[in-house]
Order: sequence, then C-alpha cells, then structure tokens
Amino acid sequence: MLTAADIVEQVRAAAARNSALAICAGGSKDFLGRRTQGTPLDVSDLRGIVHYEPTELVITARAGTPLAEIEATLAERGQMLGFEPPHFGPTATLGGTIACGLSGPARPFRGAARDFVLGAKIVNAKGEMLSFGGEVMKNVAGYDVSRLLCGAYGTLGVVLEISLKVLPRPASEITLALELDEGDACARMRDWQRAPLPLSGLCYAGNRLYVRLSGAEQAVGAARRRLGGEVDMRGAAFWEQLREQRGAFFDGGGELWRLSVPPTTHALAVTGQQLIDWGGALRWFKTAQDATRVFAAARAAGGHAMRFRGAADAQQIFQPLPAPLLALHRRLKQAFDPHGMFNPGRMYAEF
Amino acid sequence: MTAALDHDRHQAQHALAEALRAILPATAVLASDESLRPYECDGLSAYRQLPLAVVLPETVEQVQAILRLCHARMIPVVARGAGTGLSGGALPHADGVLLSLARFNKILSIDPEQRIARVQPGVRNLAISEATKPYGLYYAPDPSSQIACSIGGNVAENSGGVHCLKYGLTVHNILRVEMLTLDGELLTLGSEALDSAGYDLLALITGSEGMLGVITEITVRLLPIPERAQVVLAAFDAIEKAGQAVGDIIGAGVIPAGLEMMDRLAIRAAEDFVHAGYPECEAILLCELDGTNEEVSQHILQVRELLLAAGAIEVRTERDEAERLRFWKGRKAAFPAVGRLSPDYYCMDGTIPRRHLPQVLKRIGELSREYHLPVANVFHAGDGNLHPLILYDANKPGELERTEAFGGKILELCVAVGGTITGEHGVGMEKIDQMCVQFQAAELQQFHAVKAAFDPDGLLNPGKAVPTLHRCAEFGAMHVHRGQLAHPDLERF
Ligand SMILES: Cc1cc2nc3c(=O)[nH]c(=O)nc-3n(C[C@H](O)[C@H](O)[C@H](O)COP(=O)(O)OP(=O)(O)OC[C@H]3O[C@@H](n4cnc5c(N)ncnc54)[C@H](O)[C@@H]3O)c2cc1C
Repeated sequence: MLTAADIVEQVRAAAARNSALAICAGGSKDFLGRRTQGTPLDVSDLRGIVHYEPTELVITARAGTPLAEIEATLAERGQMLGFEPPHFGPTATLGGTIACGLSGPARPFRGAARDFVLGAKIVNAKGEMLSFGGEVMKNVAGYDVSRLLCGAYGTLGVVLEISLKVLPRPASEITLALELDEGDACARMRDWQRAPLPLSGLCYAGNRLYVRLSGAEQAVGAARRRLGGEVDMRGAAFWEQLREQRGAFFDGGGELWRLSVPPTTHALAVTGQQLIDWGGALRWFKTAQDATRVFAAARAAGGHAMRFRGAADAQQIFQPLPAPLLALHRRLKQAFDPHGMFNPGRMYAEF
Repeated sequence: MTAALDHDRHQAQHALAEALRAILPATAVLASDESLRPYECDGLSAYRQLPLAVVLPETVEQVQAILRLCHARMIPVVARGAGTGLSGGALPHADGVLLSLARFNKILSIDPEQRIARVQPGVRNLAISEATKPYGLYYAPDPSSQIACSIGGNVAENSGGVHCLKYGLTVHNILRVEMLTLDGELLTLGSEALDSAGYDLLALITGSEGMLGVITEITVRLLPIPERAQVVLAAFDAIEKAGQAVGDIIGAGVIPAGLEMMDRLAIRAAEDFVHAGYPECEAILLCELDGTNEEVSQHILQVRELLLAAGAIEVRTERDEAERLRFWKGRKAAFPAVGRLSPDYYCMDGTIPRRHLPQVLKRIGELSREYHLPVANVFHAGDGNLHPLILYDANKPGELERTEAFGGKILELCVAVGGTITGEHGVGMEKIDQMCVQFQAAELQQFHAVKAAFDPDGLLNPGKAVPTLHRCAEFGAMHVHRGQLAHPDLERF
C-alpha cells in the first residue's frame, strides 16, 4: 500500500531532479482545466477513511479514497456530504473532488465544497508533510490553508488527507416541477429564495422549473402546498443527472460552458442554449461562441466563466484574472511551490 | 538614556504626524499621548501599547495614501475595527501607525432581491441585521459582541456566534471583500456570484487577523429571517450528561440554530446578574431550533425526548418571545456576569472534538485547584468551542502571570485532544506562544511564506498571529505531534 511517506519520497526525488509532477488518482476529472505536464504522481492507493465521528459531523479520509465509498459510509449513518459533489465517474476520489472544488445543485442552500473543509494534510514542494486546520468546526489558528487548497487543482501541494464537516440527511425530500417561461421561473426563484422555505435545489431546464424541498417531513409538506406544481417522480435521479451534467441538455458533443454569476443576472450576452441552476447563480451554456466573448459576458455580469467540456486543448479554460490578482496568484503559488513542480499550468498558463 | 530614547521617539512621532497631516485632514490624525490612549488596547486589556500615531481615514484613497507613506518609510501598520478583539490583534505597534476603520461606517447598499448587502468595514455587526430586517433578511453570524464589533474585525477574525452551528462562521456568510495590500494595491476577492476564478483568496483572507491586507469593503450574504425560533432549556445534575445530550441531538440528525452550555458557576453568575430564571444545577443546555413553523414543532418534540433520555432533570420550552430573550440574555451576558464575581477575568477560546468534553472539563477543574483560580465555563457546545473564564485579580502580585500560565495549559490541553488553541477569537498577541505547540516549524514557515506573498516587507500587524521560529525556540514548547492525536492518551493528564 502507498503511504504518505512514499509520496514525500517521490516529491523529494522529483524536486531533486527538478521535474514537474502531474498529480492524479481516479482520472474522472482529467477533462477539467488545462492540460498539465510532468511525471504522473498517482495517489489513488493512498486511501481509506481515517476517522468518522457521526455525532461530531466529521469525517477524515485519505485523498485517494473513492468518493462513492465515503458517501456510502455516511449514508449508513444517515449523513451526507452537504455540497453534493459531482463524481464524473465511479473512480472519483476525495482528493480530486476537493482539488477541483466543484459543488452540486445544493450549493446555494447548503454551501460549497470549501465551506465544508475543516482541515487538510499536504506535502509541499520541499517534501514536507504539513497539517492545517483539523477536525473541529471552529478553528482560526493560522491562515486557512485547507480552504485555499479547495479548487486549487493540486497546484499548491499534494493533498494527503482531508477532514470534512458532514450533514444529516434530510428526513424527507421531494421534487416539484412547474411549467413556466424563463422570466416567470426566474422571478419565482428570486422570490422563493427570499422566503424561509426548505429549499435544496432550484433549476430551470427545458421550460420547467424544478424545485427540491428537503427537511423535516411537515416542513416539506407545508412548502409543497405553498409552492404548487406537480411532483416529479424522477426525484433524486433528476438532481443526480444535473449534478453530473448528464441528460437531455448536456448530452451530445460541442462546447459546454459554466458561468457563475450573481443570481439575479438577466440576459447574458452569450448565444446558444442555456440551463439555469443554483437558483439563478449558475448558467450552463452550449455555445460555439468565441471564448473571449463568453469571458467578457461573464465579467460584464460580475461573474466568471469556465470552459467546462469540449475544449480540452484550449489555452484559456478559466476566466482570465485581472493583472494584480494574477500577480498575487503567482506569488502565492511560489510560497508553496517555488519551482512550479505541482500540476504546472493546470489552471493558468502563468503558474 | 531613557530620556534620549524618549526624545528620539518624540521626534519620530512628530515627523510622522507631520507627514500624515500632509495627506489627511487634520482631524484624521492623532499623535498626542492623551489622544492615543483610547487606542492602546483592544478587548484584551492586559496588553497595552501606545502607537506613534492613530489615523482615522474616511476614504479608500486616504487609506491608500497612508499605506503608501508607511510603506515608503517602512513603518508598521495595525488595522483596528471596534477594538473588541480578545487576543490583542489590534494592539498597536510601538513604532507604528494604528489605522482605525471606525469612520468607514456606512452601509453602501442593500439588495433584497439578491440577498446581499455591501458595507464598509467599520459598520457594526448588529447594524447590518437591523438595516435588513425590513426586507425580512438578516446577517447570520452573531458574536456576543455584535452590538459593538465591526464587520471588518469579524472578517479579520472569522468570528462566530451562537448561531454558527447551523449557519456557519463569517467565512460562510461573505461573498466579496475589497482589500488594500500594504503597497496600496486595491484587490477584489470573491464576487457577487457564489464562486470565483482562481484560488479561494476570500477564504484565505477571512481570519487572517489583519496580517495580509486592509479590508475596505465587504459584501455579505443575507438570509431570510426564519419563520419561527424557539428555545428549549435543559438542566442537568452532571456536566457529562449535558455533553452526552449534545452528541445525541446532533447524532439524531437535528442541527439546532444554537446549542450552548453553561456550568454551575456561570449559571449562578448569570442568574445573579440578569435573573434569566435558570434552575440551580450543574449544567444547563440552551437549544434553539428554528425554521418553518412545522419544522420547529417537530424538532422541539424530538429534542425534548432526547434531552430527557440523556438524563435532564428538567426541560423547559420557552412560552413566549419574552422568555426566549430572557433565556438568551443570561447566556449572552455570561461574560459581564462572571466579571461581577471577580475584579478580572480571562477568557479562553479553545475548541475540542466534543467527545472529549467530560475529560477536558475535569482536567480544567483540576488545574483550577492547582493554580488556585476559579473557572466558569461557558461554551458553544454544539461545535466544541470552549470559553473557560478564569477569575483573577490583577492587583494581586503574580496573579496575572499565574492566570496566563493556567490559560496556556488549557490551550495545550485542547491541542492534545486534537483541538485548537482558538476557535474564534484569534491568535493575535495573546496565543502566539501556543502556536508553537499547535504547529510544527515547517507549518509556521508556510504561514510566513503566505504572509510574504501579500506583504513582503512584513509591515502589516508585525509580530502577531504567527510566531517566528526563534520565538518558539525561546518558548521551548514541545510540539505535540498530531499524527498521534487520533487516539489521544488521556491518561497522561
Ligand atoms: C464581550 C465580548 C464578547 C465576544 N463574543 C464573541 C463571540 O461570540 N464570537 C466571536 O467570534 N468573537 C467574540 N468576541 C471577540 C470580538 O468581538 C471579535 O473578534 C470581533 O470580530 C472583533 O471585531 P472588532 O471590530 O472589534 O475588531 P478589532 O478588535 O478592532 O480587530 C480585530 C483584528 O482584526 C483586524 N482588523 C480589524 N479591522 C480590519 C480591517 N478593516 N482590515 C483588516 N484587518 C482588520 C485587527 O488588526 C485585529 O487583528 C467578543 C468580544 C467581547 C469583548
């Protein structure tokens, strides 16, 4: 079995050779982000749940632990990962999930991946094993490096172990669907999010507004009566498809863009078909439009865009950063990885 | 000799004040000892220091000019919000400028549709919820100091409150921060969208204790005010049973909005002070449930049963809003209430994995007897954040030192069971030596490298939050190796 010490050794050896490392595990998220170069550093054998304490809502697992294993373990105790992470295949691991930092349809209501990260162990470019945060809910000792790792695509270090806050599964859940035009649907999403309702999903796709309600049984029942619409029998299956970007809208080739914008954004200057998730804050576009235009449209709306699928070799996958921020990113990268060893160029060409 | 030093300091002060007055309105620069006095400490008054000057800018351009001037002259800068911090984070630097954000006190905009508010850093925490109440919205993190503390200070400390078990800390409730780095560059971290391109700098800056930049604007996320909130109060004849009840409630899948515990001494103090109507017992739990009407009804029944099963000797459900406020009043006033029992008290802030609560409380009791100092325990039980309050008298020679030594032991105890030296009050000046216990040298070096990426000259709040390795060597702390903490050997206490 691979151990943390083995990884430390591999990192030190690579540092001595001055060669780059491409950190990998299940490969389920290889399609995301820019291509990187370097000797593969496979952490998929660094696996296993280290510690799970249901009454404290905390789980700690090694980076290579399959996401499915973690979710199954939590489910046995009536718990779940609050951020509803996409898997993109059965090989998905916890490390890759946190490194990419993506969250599913529940994001606006329960929080993002980074919101649930409590601690992490990493190996930095000097081959030192470092530990940040921990297993407690509140911890402000030192800078919050564990959250910084979330969504850093492995560019700051090799993640060995992660501690996450988990949530109880809701006692009851229901999915409603309402036939509405886009304007109406957006207005309702806006209004409902201002009200104290047990929402856990709000998506507009194909002229239908899908609403997921989760919580105590009577609360879900009362909200259902209030919101109207009909029960969609696909229920959980619908949200799982959405989480994985599968189904009618997503299937088929072409470029898929992810635009994260303020939830009340009206029309975006992007052509092509749109699907709205996160109560308005996430827009998926199937478009062949020029990348610079899509990035410009996202920026104009106060958000950012990412080329999600279908442009693997593109230079610019993530929204270009303003110059002062880019400079800060480079300095931070250097603070962890001065010689650019980990996943170079995975996010931006510059680091 | 001292006269010569005094003279030098006076000259430096004079020159700095002149330079500052050249870029700021006269009323925005304070430099006489008398006018500096109110700024010599934050909420941790055991540490005091006069800065060379205090500045009270009102615009981002003014802050920018101050920072550029200090950068050019290599003068340390310490940002200050309302000065309610409990770890000496806003303690001035003897050779530096204290930058007060008190005049940045405007709520810039409220967007009820988007459920956000843009505010300046000096706005008081409670003022946000007051201003957004007409829209049926509120800002969730509610530190007990919320009538006074600033939102900028909250971001710098990643403050929590009694409702953070369910609604999260500051980091979970802000969307965007505008910040100036020491060289005067204005950065926007985060956005009105739910995530941003690049590294999560918003998370990094939250809780960074004024070490990385000066926050000049914050966009907070607002939540709909819950339809109903109700408190259940449970009395226990043993603190262990109360601890067990906390685990039972959370394990059963109920996440209360707040779950707070107080021990006998704290209960008595609160009762004497605000007459909250608390029963006489070893421990009480206050459990607030909120949500939709139906949800609360259902959860109240469930929680009552769990509390009784865990051995509560009495369980009361609040009858009306007045009683709810009274229940909370005792808890929220616990610090000042304890303050009435003793000339001084020292508030600790460790967090532990909750399952270790009984052992940790027992050990704190033993230490209390060893150091001859009483302790009242008030804590955010739901998330294991302890606030032992050590009662002492600063006028008695040696008592402050004994109190600090005792406090240090409590923090080390928290680290030894897998917790942390600070859950929400920050490291500041106060817990800097205990950082050497919680972190290894390489981790501290990594923190210094992060700091240098923002502030290469180390001029922002120098000497706080992260100790130098040299300091750790002097402190002589043994790092408790965390690899072994999954199964802590509690016997050795
Ligand atoms: C009675 C009492 C009860 C308390 N209860 C709680 C509680 O329940 N939960 C909790 O978390 N805390 C609590 N605190 C601690 C304190 O109120 C918080 O830490 C609060 O966030 C500090 O805010 P402030 O505006 O007073 O900041 P200050 O004390 O002025 O500063 C705190 C730190 O923030 C930095 N800072 C301030 N403003 C800025 C800025 N604009 N840019 C960059 N850095 C800045 C300072 O340099 C300093 O390091 C309590 C304090 C008291 C006195």
